[in-house]
Parts: sequence; structure tokens; C-alpha cells
Amino acid sequence: MSGALIALRAILIREALRFARQRSRFIAALVRPLVWLIVFAAGFRAALGLSITPPYQTYITYEIYIVPGLCGMIMLFNGMQSSLSLVYDREMGSMRLLLTSPLPRWWLLFCRLLASTTISILQVYTFLAVAAIYGIDMPWYGYLCVFPALIVAGLMLGALGLALSSAIKQLENFAGVMNFVIFPMFFLSSALYPLWKMAESSALLRDICALNPFTYAVELIRFALYGQFNGSALGWTILAGLAFLGLALWGYDPARGIKRPGR
Amino acid sequence: MTGLSVRNVSYAYGDKRALDDVSFHVPQGAFCALLGPNGAGKSTLFSLLTRLFTTAQGVIEVAGFDISQQPRQALAQIGVVFQQPTLDLDLTVHRNLSYFAALHGLSGRTAESRIAAALERLDMAERASERTRDLNGGHRRRLEIARCLIHAPSVLLLDEPTVGLDAAARSAITQHVHDLSAQDGLTVLWATHLTDEITPDDQLAILHRGKMLTQGTCRDIKGDQPLQQVFLSMTGAAT
Repeated sequence: MSGALIALRAILIREALRFARQRSRFIAALVRPLVWLIVFAAGFRAALGLSITPPYQTYITYEIYIVPGLCGMIMLFNGMQSSLSLVYDREMGSMRLLLTSPLPRWWLLFCRLLASTTISILQVYTFLAVAAIYGIDMPWYGYLCVFPALIVAGLMLGALGLALSSAIKQLENFAGVMNFVIFPMFFLSSALYPLWKMAESSALLRDICALNPFTYAVELIRFALYGQFNGSALGWTILAGLAFLGLALWGYDPARGIKRPGR
Repeated sequence: MTGLSVRNVSYAYGDKRALDDVSFHVPQGAFCALLGPNGAGKSTLFSLLTRLFTTAQGVIEVAGFDISQQPRQALAQIGVVFQQPTLDLDLTVHRNLSYFAALHGLSGRTAESRIAAALERLDMAERASERTRDLNGGHRRRLEIARCLIHAPSVLLLDEPTVGLDAAARSAITQHVHDLSAQDGLTVLWATHLTDEITPDDQLAILHRGKMLTQGTCRDIKGDQPLQQVFLSMTGAAT
């Protein structure tokens, strides 16, 4: 096995062990979307009428509509959680250990990204399993087709977290990420309501949602869950992912140094 | 050229100059103390030596590899202990070491034998399965030193590794690293602001306000005076 793959395996194991230790993180990651699914969606079921739009071929309940958005929500929160642990690693010093490895820095950061995405995907499948037990299930092939979509969406949102972690100076600043990144990205997307529904209220809001890369990640997952391919969603998600990754690599460029507490 | 060579290196944080045309050389197998008060620029220099930062001004060579031209080869030759601990406290001693070994491309039997040898070298073998959080400060530092030996580096960089340790642990760790230099031929750069960690035979470089004030053997620099007094007079802290 080459040195790069040995490092990848070690980083995956380390992140998995860290995740396994943080049982509350796993429970929170699962409870959050389930509350939305069971409580919020039930309340909105009557209020929100949904017409037949692709990938759906018949009328669906709001619970069905919201599932891909909640999968995206899990990945969005996990991407930010990963960003938080990168900032924590930097404050605790273990980031230095990673970055002084003789392997290329882009590879080391990509390994962290892949580890975070793997954990995201595990969480999403657990959520889908609980949703299926609750009676909200997808076609069986959807569970297979969604796997590559989850990889792409997870990498894009993880890259966003990576880019943010290079910009956040201190752990205390992380609350701002919740207010200025997670909530706007989630609410200004197609996760909770289709864009045509948003347009009925405000064309401007619809346009903002259409610019949000999270919308494309959600649509990619939505179509994949029904075994359908959404080329434009894939293209925009990949493009956004590459842009965030570029920002992250720039942020961690040794010519810029790494942020240090108190500086 | 082997060992560690720093030539005309400068670095600034915005307008604030942290290192100003710093040059020094540590021959292969020598123990060199980098002595400087707080804020002298020691940690900035370590960040440059380990490529956490890069600078366009100056040349750094580690075991003959230019860190800006051949960063991977240079980093593979470096074992580093940062001032701030970099252990994962929730992992066992062994798991911390195997993670580090993997970051240097080592796995399987090679990694296991290197880990065992490094733990043995630092008298830590019986603690391999303990959780790192349960170790005292002195043992954590020893573990970090053991860890930095796993990939068989030729240059050790230690940035104030005895900070926060009691006198006994400080003395033991200082002696361990002197032994690594004397017995195993490792080149050591030991940053400190404590003169009692330096022996007369050590190489010495004194850094103050980003400038290299002097370098040579400790014996030559201090002459007949106590090193502490020479250091304080050179850095202006005695007045």
C-alpha cells in the first residue's frame, strides 16, 4: 500500500473513532432531521400543496418531499461539524501534526474531507433507515442510486466546511457559522419547499435559492433517490465543490501560514 | 551539506517583522540550543522549519534538502515536538503513534517495530495501551519525543518541550534528547529560554527580537561567566 493510502486509512480510522466517541453527536445528527420529519412535516402536510414535478410521478406527501432536504441537512451540519473539529484541531495543535507530514498538503486535506463525507453518508443511511421504519420509504433502487449522489454532495459540503475552517480564527467564532452559513443555506434552498412554490411568494427569494449550491446538492439527492439523474444539479454541485476546495487549499497554503489562537 | 542550515531567513506578520535575516547552521549530530526570550521569534522560526509557513526570503536546508524546493524530502527528515502538545488525548499511546506512523507512510510490521523501538528508547513501552489523557505531563512529552523518532528522522526540532514540566521531568527529558544526539547522531535544534537546559559542549544560537545575536559553542559564548548572565546582558533584560 502506498504512503498516501496508508495515511488515508489512518485518517479515516481516526475520524471514525472520534465520531464513535461522540455518541451525542450521532444522536443529535439523527434526532435533528427526525424532528423535522415527524413534527415539522406533519404540521406542514396540510398547509403545503405539492404538484407533480420531477422526479415525482404522482402526488406525494410533504414528508416524502422533505426527505432529500433532510439528507442534505445532515450533510450540511456534518460538514460544519467537520469544520469545527478542524478549528479545534488547530487550537489543540494536532493540525500541525497533520500538516507537517511529508505527504502533499492537498492530499492530507482531501483525506480529512473524505473522512467527513464517509461519516455523513453513514448518518444519512441511518436516517433513511429510521424514516423507512416510520413508513417514509423510497424505491429500493433509490437507496443504491443515492450513494454516489451522497458522495458528491458530502464532498461539496465538506469542502465548504474546510474552506470555512481556514478562515475561522477561533472556536468561539463558530456560532457565526451557524447564523450566517447553515441557516441561510438550508432555508434558502429547495430543501423545505420547491422553488416554484418559493417563486409564488417572491421571485427574488427564488433566484437566491437558485444560486445556492445547497439547492443543487438537495436536488441531486432527490432525483437519485428515485433512480433518476439530474445533470445540472450534478454539474453545479461539482462546480461549487471545486470552488470551495480551491478556497480551502488557498486558505491552508503554507505561504499564508496557519491561523493561530490569539493572532 | 547535512544537518540543518538556515540562511538569510526573514518573515513578517503584516508590518511586524518576526525574523530579520536569520542565519545559522547546526552540523550533523550536534545538539544546538536556540536560546531566546519570549517573543524572540523562536516559534515563527519553527513554523518555517516545518513548512507550516513559507517565506520567499532566505533558504532553509534540512539534511541537504531545500524545504522550498524539496518539501517532502525535507519534511521526511524532520522529527518535531511543538511547544503546544499535539497528542490526541482520547486515543491510546499506541494509537497515537500508529496514526503518526501512517502520516509518514508506515504501516504493518515496519510501523510496529518502529513504535516498539521508540517506546523502548524513551522507557514508555509498558504504557503503550494506556489512554494518553491518563499520562502525566512528563510522560506526554516523552511520548511526543518517542513519536517524533518513529520515521527515523535525521533532524529533531523541539520547541520549548519542557514548558510546564516539573524539575525532575525537565531534567530527564533534556538528558534523553542530549543522549539522542550523542548516541544516535541526530541533529537537534532545541528552542528554549531556560539556560540550565544547555550544557557547555552544546552549540548555541541566541535569538532576540527576530535577529540572531550570536552563535557558536556554549563554552565559547559564555566564557568564564554563567550563561544566564551572558544571555541577560545580550538581550538587555539584565538592565
